[in-house]
Amino acid sequence: MGESLGLYLHIPFCAGKCLYCDFLSFPAPEETRSLYVRRLSEEIRACGARGGMRERIVDTVFIGGGTPSLLLQEETEALLEAVRDSFQVAADAEITMEANPGSLGRAAAGRLREAGVTRLSLGLQSACDRELARLGRIHTCRAFLESFDGAREAGFDNLNVDLMSGLPGQTAESFQKTLALAARLGPEHISAYSLIIEEGTPFYETYGAMKADLERYGEWEDIPLRRRAAYQGTLPLPGETADREMYHMTREFLMGQGYSRYEISNYAKNGRECRHNIRYWTGGDYLGLGLGAASLVDGTRFTVTRSLEEYLGQTREDFLLGRQYRGTHTLSAREKMEEFMFLGLRLTRGVEAVCFSRRFGKPLASVYKDACARLMGEGLLAAAGEGDGRRYYLTERGLDVSNCALAEFLLDEWNTGLQGKRESL
Amino acid sequence: MAADQSRIRNFCIIAHIDHGKSTLADRIIEMTGLLTSREMQSQVLDNMDLERERGITIKAQAVRTVYRAEDGEEYIFNLIDTPGHVDFNYEVSRSLAACDGAILVVDAAQGIEAQTLANVYLALDHDLDVFPVLNKIDLPSADPERVAAEIEDVIGIEAADAPRISAKTGLNVGEVLERIVKELPAPSGDPDAPLQALIFDSLYDSYKGVIVFCRIKNGTIRKGMPVKMMATGAAADVVEVGYFGAGQFIPCESLSAGMVGYMTASIKNVRDTMVGDTITSREAPCEEPLPGYKKVTPMVYCGLYPADGAKYPDLRDALEKLQLNDASLFFEAETSIALGFGFRCGFLGLLHLDIIEERLEREYNLDLVTTAPGVVYRVHKTNGEVMDLTNPSNLPDPSEIDYMEEPIVSAEIMVTTEFVGAIMTLCQERRGVYLGMEYIETTRALLKYELPLNEIIYDFFDALKSRSRGYASFDYDLKGYQQSKLVKLDILVNREEVDALSFIVFEGSAYERGRKMCEKLKEEIPRHLFEIPIQAAVGGKIIARETVKAMRKDVLAKCYGGDISRKRKLLEKQKEGKKRMRQIGSVEIPQKAFMSVLKLDDE
Repeated sequence: MGESLGLYLHIPFCAGKCLYCDFLSFPAPEETRSLYVRRLSEEIRACGARGGMRERIVDTVFIGGGTPSLLLQEETEALLEAVRDSFQVAADAEITMEANPGSLGRAAAGRLREAGVTRLSLGLQSACDRELARLGRIHTCRAFLESFDGAREAGFDNLNVDLMSGLPGQTAESFQKTLALAARLGPEHISAYSLIIEEGTPFYETYGAMKADLERYGEWEDIPLRRRAAYQGTLPLPGETADREMYHMTREFLMGQGYSRYEISNYAKNGRECRHNIRYWTGGDYLGLGLGAASLVDGTRFTVTRSLEEYLGQTREDFLLGRQYRGTHTLSAREKMEEFMFLGLRLTRGVEAVCFSRRFGKPLASVYKDACARLMGEGLLAAAGEGDGRRYYLTERGLDVSNCALAEFLLDEWNTGLQGKRESL
Repeated sequence: MAADQSRIRNFCIIAHIDHGKSTLADRIIEMTGLLTSREMQSQVLDNMDLERERGITIKAQAVRTVYRAEDGEEYIFNLIDTPGHVDFNYEVSRSLAACDGAILVVDAAQGIEAQTLANVYLALDHDLDVFPVLNKIDLPSADPERVAAEIEDVIGIEAADAPRISAKTGLNVGEVLERIVKELPAPSGDPDAPLQALIFDSLYDSYKGVIVFCRIKNGTIRKGMPVKMMATGAAADVVEVGYFGAGQFIPCESLSAGMVGYMTASIKNVRDTMVGDTITSREAPCEEPLPGYKKVTPMVYCGLYPADGAKYPDLRDALEKLQLNDASLFFEAETSIALGFGFRCGFLGLLHLDIIEERLEREYNLDLVTTAPGVVYRVHKTNGEVMDLTNPSNLPDPSEIDYMEEPIVSAEIMVTTEFVGAIMTLCQERRGVYLGMEYIETTRALLKYELPLNEIIYDFFDALKSRSRGYASFDYDLKGYQQSKLVKLDILVNREEVDALSFIVFEGSAYERGRKMCEKLKEEIPRHLFEIPIQAAVGGKIIARETVKAMRKDVLAKCYGGDISRKRKLLEKQKEGKKRMRQIGSVEIPQKAFMSVLKLDDE
């Protein structure tokens, strides 16, 4: 996407793993962390030296994990320094760091600000301590409130709070409390996701079958009795109606509090969208650094190794030669078009026809003529504007069943609309 | 090559599945020269992959070997292999007609089973000399005394001094060879009489045309001779005659009475050379054809449709090619509102259907949708017309129907005594009429029932196995047609009738069957963005209903940088999933749903 670039730094360490989490994170002793930070700094410096990087302007940096706030102050500073030394960072760059409430006090927040972090993302998940315990979170609501206040006092004017709905045992009422608390605090940005039961997590062991049944049958009362009996004694996940209720409630409530939903799960006050994440959905270039970090640069996707051992064993030369990368894949024109749609439509503003044609040299309306007609006919997709202003976006219902809708934008081999023009894979 | 008939033995091996027929055949071939045991692939007679996998012989084949007996003379053994499954009874029968004797192989641990009996009766019907052999004698559970007694009691042939062998290890197989010489008769035909040759099998070869396997009963067939097929009337000039040497065709000048071999005559159409027909000379024809020729009629029909409509011509070509080698496969074009253009296909039975389906999918790479297999019903209309119904959608309006008949079979079921009650219940559930029962010894019983064919073609065998913990076996014979109260069960999905799911069923079973089908379909049809009613109806009246609820949620809440390839995979999987669906109106039904509605026995 031209000259700008986002950077993602992964900090794979956590004090304890939440029961639902399938991110690449784990507890580790201090020596490991410290060694990791050294390697990551080397990687940053080496990447900055690689072809084409110096010309780019880094306008977003995201430090995610794990729990980045577990790093020592000097470690965070070292990383940011490496970034500034190795890349051209815009003066008004958005520099986000994820923090776990409980590991961030006012003083720590202040130091982060001094180090250059402009935005903090705090994982609240739920305002109800019981729900937090069920999730395996290691903090309480109060700890969160303290962290939030601390961040404000330290001068942060760009804060995000993460919330979760669809939790086992959660009801619309308990979720409403969480929403109310979050809104009252007034962060500039709120991410509210439905819980996803991921394979390989303890939650999957407990709730995997239940989730599958709910997906199959929809509501608790539609699950056949003999199957339902197996779930007695386990906290129930909400059925479809309750889940959607929570989702729609989120939007209605937050809109009333001055937030605007700009993506399926993301809300922001006047202009405070997360610029880094928007890159993901608009196909912008980003470079991922650190364990398992993903990149999209100049039409190629690649990922850093997920093996800590391998990563820690990389030398400066290895990083210079890109030996830490796995799964490199250059996107075909077809794949790029598909991603443009299935990622871009996650944004509520949708995708712009003129962007599509500028990027791909073909009109969206012809490449996706059938898909658009079908989805619009089913009330899942809508269009607005004329000519250059024409855009397509998912309707409310479309967002609810977005996977169905987005699958339509995968093109068949013979239908790329690019006959006569072969793009390399 | 011995022209002396006294030195020829034409025989086959008959046995229940897995009792060791093929293994014994291998041993006989091994021990009689032409191939050493090193050179043999196991089970050399089954030379189609499919057959090897399933372990059953589908096409009859023949092998000629040479045995130097204890009396110092050389004997020609013509071993004719026979299919062992009830679907292919007619082919078995013709192979038997080509033989003069048979070796009955019985598993010395298991004893006689349903197919042992069925095949023995067939052999005796053809006036074959049969001697028994007790196999798997090396197994610890072998009980040759008991089994020999069973054979004598139930079948009535002497078994006290039957060779006790292990075909696997070769133990005592030599004795079997001697018995073949001593106990089985030599053929006795007149080589100078007018030609009478029995066709017991055929094979289509793209160069030679149809290769006809035959047993010369009388007369002599020579290269260049003008011949004709007596039942089909087809005329041809013999291009080549020869015999078989384990997998190879070995040409010669002529074949005379008592011999088994093949002939080719540039015949293009396998339907000209029907199994059971008689070949005779055009110049000096014989007076009467050999007895037993019968037109093969399919017992089971289904609709075969290409999953992708564009592949219709490919399906047609594939069926045509399969038919070249399988004269009992029937097909004709038909259309379905639900599925488009396809074929109504007739088979000898469900196994035959399975095999053809698998070959179409495997060898011809075709993705198929199969509609419910059904039997042939006879409809007697009020205007006097009688029609054979092979497609339920063709059932005339009830007002035009006087009465209907369905095919009935007589079945013999062998089961261990502790499960007799369970199996009798099963037969009763399937509208069986009890004919009688015989105890084989204190542990086993032979049940005789008359059953409607449509009750046993689907999952009867599976139900039998599961209710008897695997110990039951059965065989059946078409007995005839019987009047019955039959109705057409229609299935409506999203209020539209899906003709491909229509079904003829006994009136009394309609409700139960309809209910089960709706339940099954509810499990098979994925949720859509709208609610889908599934209904079963008879004569326009809804008798059962299920609902597939509309999907309210299908969204990936979180999707960031590292997730994108996973997200893509998820969407691709969804799209792929749709490909396995058939669009019926606005509902997508998975292909397998069409067949799976038949697996209705939940036991």
